[in-house]
Amino acid sequence: MNWETVIGLEVHVQLATKTKIFSAASTAFGATPNSQACAIDLAMPGTLPVLNKQAVNYAIMFGLAIDAEICQESVFERKNYFYPDLPKGYQTTQLEKPIVGPGSVTIQLADGTEKSIRIHHAHLEEDAGKSTHEGDLPYGMSGVDLNRAGTPLIEIVSEPDMRSAEEAIAFAKKLHSIVTSINICDGEMSQGSMRFDVNVSVRPDGSSTLGTRTETKNLNSFKFMEEAIEREVERQIDLIEDGGTVAQETRLYNGDTKVAKSMRSKEEANDYRYFPCPDLLPVLVSDEAIDELRRSLPELPDARQKRFVSEYALSDYDSATIASDSNMSAFFETVVGDSNHAKLAANWVMGELSGSLNNAGLGFTESPVSAQQLAGMVARIADNSISGKMAKQVFEAMWLGEGTADEIIDAKGLKQVSDSGALEKIVVDVLAANAVMVEDFINSEESKRKKKLGGFMGQIMKASKGQANPQQVNQILLQKLNELL
Amino acid sequence: MHNYTIAELVKGLQNKEFSSVELTQHFLDRICQLNDDYNAIITITGEQALTAAALADKRLASGDAPAMCGVPILHKDIFCTDSVRTSCGSKMLDSFIPPYNATVVENFARDGAIMLGKTNMDEFAMGSSNETSFYGPVKNPWATDCVPGGSSGGSAAAIAARLAPGATATDTGGSIRQPAALCGISGLKPTYGRVSRWGMIAFASSLDQAGPMARTAEDCAIMLNCMASFDEKDSTSVEQTVPDYTASLGNSVKGVKIGIPKEYFSEGLHPGTELAVRKAMAQLEAQGAELIEISLPSSDLSVPAYYVIAPAEASANLSRFDGVKYGYRCENPKDLQDMYCRSRSEGFGEEVQRRILIGTYCLSAGYYDAYYGKAQKVRQLIQQDFSEAFKSVDLIMGPTCPSPAFKFGAKGDDPVAMYLEDIYTIATNLAGLPGMSVPCGMVEDKPVGLQIIGNYFDEARMLNVAHQFQQITDWHHQAPEAM
Repeated sequence: MNWETVIGLEVHVQLATKTKIFSAASTAFGATPNSQACAIDLAMPGTLPVLNKQAVNYAIMFGLAIDAEICQESVFERKNYFYPDLPKGYQTTQLEKPIVGPGSVTIQLADGTEKSIRIHHAHLEEDAGKSTHEGDLPYGMSGVDLNRAGTPLIEIVSEPDMRSAEEAIAFAKKLHSIVTSINICDGEMSQGSMRFDVNVSVRPDGSSTLGTRTETKNLNSFKFMEEAIEREVERQIDLIEDGGTVAQETRLYNGDTKVAKSMRSKEEANDYRYFPCPDLLPVLVSDEAIDELRRSLPELPDARQKRFVSEYALSDYDSATIASDSNMSAFFETVVGDSNHAKLAANWVMGELSGSLNNAGLGFTESPVSAQQLAGMVARIADNSISGKMAKQVFEAMWLGEGTADEIIDAKGLKQVSDSGALEKIVVDVLAANAVMVEDFINSEESKRKKKLGGFMGQIMKASKGQANPQQVNQILLQKLNELL
Repeated sequence: MHNYTIAELVKGLQNKEFSSVELTQHFLDRICQLNDDYNAIITITGEQALTAAALADKRLASGDAPAMCGVPILHKDIFCTDSVRTSCGSKMLDSFIPPYNATVVENFARDGAIMLGKTNMDEFAMGSSNETSFYGPVKNPWATDCVPGGSSGGSAAAIAARLAPGATATDTGGSIRQPAALCGISGLKPTYGRVSRWGMIAFASSLDQAGPMARTAEDCAIMLNCMASFDEKDSTSVEQTVPDYTASLGNSVKGVKIGIPKEYFSEGLHPGTELAVRKAMAQLEAQGAELIEISLPSSDLSVPAYYVIAPAEASANLSRFDGVKYGYRCENPKDLQDMYCRSRSEGFGEEVQRRILIGTYCLSAGYYDAYYGKAQKVRQLIQQDFSEAFKSVDLIMGPTCPSPAFKFGAKGDDPVAMYLEDIYTIATNLAGLPGMSVPCGMVEDKPVGLQIIGNYFDEARMLNVAHQFQQITDWHHQAPEAM
């Protein structure tokens, strides 16, 4: 039997506000445990929450970015459960009246097709702290770090519209691209800035009813998410084909050990006893405020991609790759602005630079080679001062901090020889020194001559120490050989 | 000096008839001498009080001191006090010392008022008799075998016993007005949002409101001038100018329309209480006020609605007391579940646990609509009743509670009988309206309270009418025999 996979996502996005959603404590990552938890975050008696307006604005911006309805009156509720890293014993979140209503996101698939994924809603909430069960804690105790407690989140809930891991990853990446493009999230997956809960079920091809789903929680890399989905789909199909049934449960996937396990079943699920939080007023948003945020909304990835095609004549693939990353886009546009060569800029930004940054674990904003430096190099490629091969050497030197492209070209004597007099002399010398090859060329049938040109080119480039301009050499060579025919 | 009202003390301090240090020492001496008889105060902050009094005297000497400067008061132990244990009447917080002040405490400190100590109360403000306190019951100075009312019983008893001229208190369902009535003093629960809830340990957040207790309405006005403020730290605080509540005290009551809800004079009301209340209203009528019978038809729904909403909110508000971060933690927990279970069942008293269970039940899946959802609808009906009534009257009056102070243990086995103590006070909390109680007579040698309910932010008019009533009566000056 053939099976269809059905996937829905719940995505937690940490909002890039300076302070927490209900207190003035900092949200900066990586501080000493519990150094960024104030009386409110610690749920000290008598303390009260005050809503961070920036978090509300960011949530609205997300809603506008996915063309969703913005709820003009949203309500915070208390979700009650006990856990040591949840200081109040409830999480302040939204349920009945979330701030962002239904919207949609378009994903591009590898085969070039597009698909629209519906968003059910997105709501504002506070993050919990972190429990740690490792480290040098005495008597087998667990540690609680409340620095993260109260960090603003939006939880984005999709409809079950994805049919493969590929679609789910494309959707996740698209969300990442949107939230980083509108600057509401730093997108640092390794720091937990975006976390994915994946709801997976399978059903026989052609069936219109949904199968029982499982939820795999807290995946924080696209790779782990893909692995978790593929394993879960396989597990469910095997289970059903062996005559079993899928149990509705919450699961965890460990990306390091590649092991997935059940966390709790539906029966063990908490009754969260939601009710409206009496300490917070309903969040009222005016049309004017929404319009203002709409006007200030930075360019979205889809619009940017279309602009790259029309403005720079990039291919669909190149434009989509660059436009999906706002930092890469900004870098690319600076390189184009300074060099005026979009295609070359795109190739270098997507190729050598991306690869090097990736290997070094750096982002575009931390690139050792500045956009101005890269533009300088692109300009030298474009004006034929250096060949593509030389450019790689120049790039490596720039990466190591050896200066601008021009400085490096000078220092290393990499300048391409484009002086036709000098080139002609090299060509004539090489032809004279290789009489046998010339004889062979002349005696060959015309159709085979083209192939034999490579041999002369190699000799000429060698003679010029690689600095000869290949296009010019090619021209002179053809001319000289034709004279001999 | 302990028989002076706050108004008289303000005058004496400003005129340098006595110093704040002398006054503070006098009340501290009385507290040392008499508190054991009433158990009204849990924590005495003598040293800090005298230091603050010395500073207040300097301010007074400069001639530019606010009214409350140098006046000693007590704070209910529900208000967080920086570096001073704040127990909320519970074993759970017996060792809790907050690193911050409640805004109410801060406002009094700003004006130079002197904190003598922290008053006893029903545990987490849950009770109407002060019998649920971890620190033992408070005795009513009028009859020490009787309860002082609750939950602000410590504040009320302390004022009646002249241990302080005024005290802060809180009211979620009647916790200012009912003990004020039972102890023969004046107490005001302001409009919800008038006084900041920051630093006030939450019982039921949508109902809790802090207010003053003192012997007279005028003293309540002086205290409210200091207490009321808009506070950015409390999202439910209302940004509205605080009037000078003492400015209109002298207005005549002539032409003031007083609504008398027939539902407040039904079965269960002690005949002596009814008589005293009706007589008080007749005295106001004689001064030119107009008495108009009105109806608040949803009144009988207020107690049931309250006992869904308040416990529901409390069940969440009290979840933070889990033994993890501060407060009581059981000995040798064997695992997390055991720590939660035992810390909470050992740290909370019976009534608190009862309300957490009721609240948890009401919010549970499958019961929410039938209980919490319905109670919210009732709450709207009650608000509508009042807004309808206030179209034709300026104030509403009736008894504060059904009968005078009862004996210890009299209602201990019957939570519902205890809950009915607040039958006349709860509706104003559900509606968010201001309410106050002033002494208006004696029954069985125990005080009776007259309740005055006002429209939103109409505290000035309530205080004015209460003050005018106190100009023609002297119930507020009567003292228990021991005094």
